[in-house]
Amino acid sequence: MGLLDKEFSDGNIVIARVDDLMNWARLSSIWQLGFGLACCAIEMMATSASHYDFDRFGVIPRNTPRQADAIIISGTVTLKMATRIKRLYEQMPDPKYIISMGSCANCGGPYWEHGYHVLKGIDRVIPVDVYVPGCPPRPEALLEGLLKLQEKIRNESLRKKIS
Amino acid sequence: MKNPEEIFELLKNEFKDIIIGLEKESPTEPIVAIDPMQINKVGLFLRDNDILKFDSLMVLSGVDDANGTKVKDDDGAEMISGGTLSVYYHLHSTNLKHKITLKTTTPRENPQVESVYNIWRTSDWHEREAYDMFGIIFVNHPDLRRILMPYDWEAGYPLRKDYKNPEFYKGMKVPY
Repeated sequence: MGLLDKEFSDGNIVIARVDDLMNWARLSSIWQLGFGLACCAIEMMATSASHYDFDRFGVIPRNTPRQADAIIISGTVTLKMATRIKRLYEQMPDPKYIISMGSCANCGGPYWEHGYHVLKGIDRVIPVDVYVPGCPPRPEALLEGLLKLQEKIRNESLRKKIS
Repeated sequence: MKNPEEIFELLKNEFKDIIIGLEKESPTEPIVAIDPMQINKVGLFLRDNDILKFDSLMVLSGVDDANGTKVKDDDGAEMISGGTLSVYYHLHSTNLKHKITLKTTTPRENPQVESVYNIWRTSDWHEREAYDMFGIIFVNHPDLRRILMPYDWEAGYPLRKDYKNPEFYKGMKVPY
């Protein structure tokens, strides 16, 4: 929207701020790391499938962290998996974004008290941009989370990332 | 097709003292108690005998009986001293359609049970899980290491009744 509303001064020239252009490009093709953990991953896959169609927002699964822009932590993060997730996150190039999906990834969910093997929130290991509540969240909720992330990216500046 | 009592009599005649007894606690099915260091011999007989043919180990599970005495350790935390850990074997004959439950009991301080890996391959990962969760050592298991918890987990065995979760694992805070 915002970007193409700018005036056309010539047939082939669009005038826009660099910030706007970069943000528009980034938020329109958020490639997510093809990565799922538990029952939330089923909802995430449903979101990618034809009925909810994640691809209409430019979200496609990418099978290597080196070419991914975002990672959706979709499910229970065990302590054993947390060390692996940290490594995947470190392998992703900047700018990188994290959506924490579902109660388990947000705060440990039903395992908060007796889950001896569960990390109580992925934000103890990597910085989270958007938290999506639910157990598991419906695809609509995940889409809302993505829109929130897009909104966040739209307001970024090249000079510094808004945290 | 045989009922548990008949199978128990068969085993008792074959193995004498190795078979400790038949535990009848309704509503569960009768359970045959066996010496932990002789379970392999009994298992082989159960599988290969023509009128038993127990070709499937449905599940092998560990249990903390928590029948020891409760003591306080140096930090004031409650520990269980003495008592036993148990391993239960649920067998099924796909051919003759009968079932039996076996049980071995081993001391908590040095829990050792003979592996049945060479009889039912199912027991490979099941024994690793019982080792991971309860610390039961399966003698003669070819690859006895943790299966679910991290390999470098040092806080003990999580399903024991006196298990205490650590504050930190690799710099990550564990409690809520």
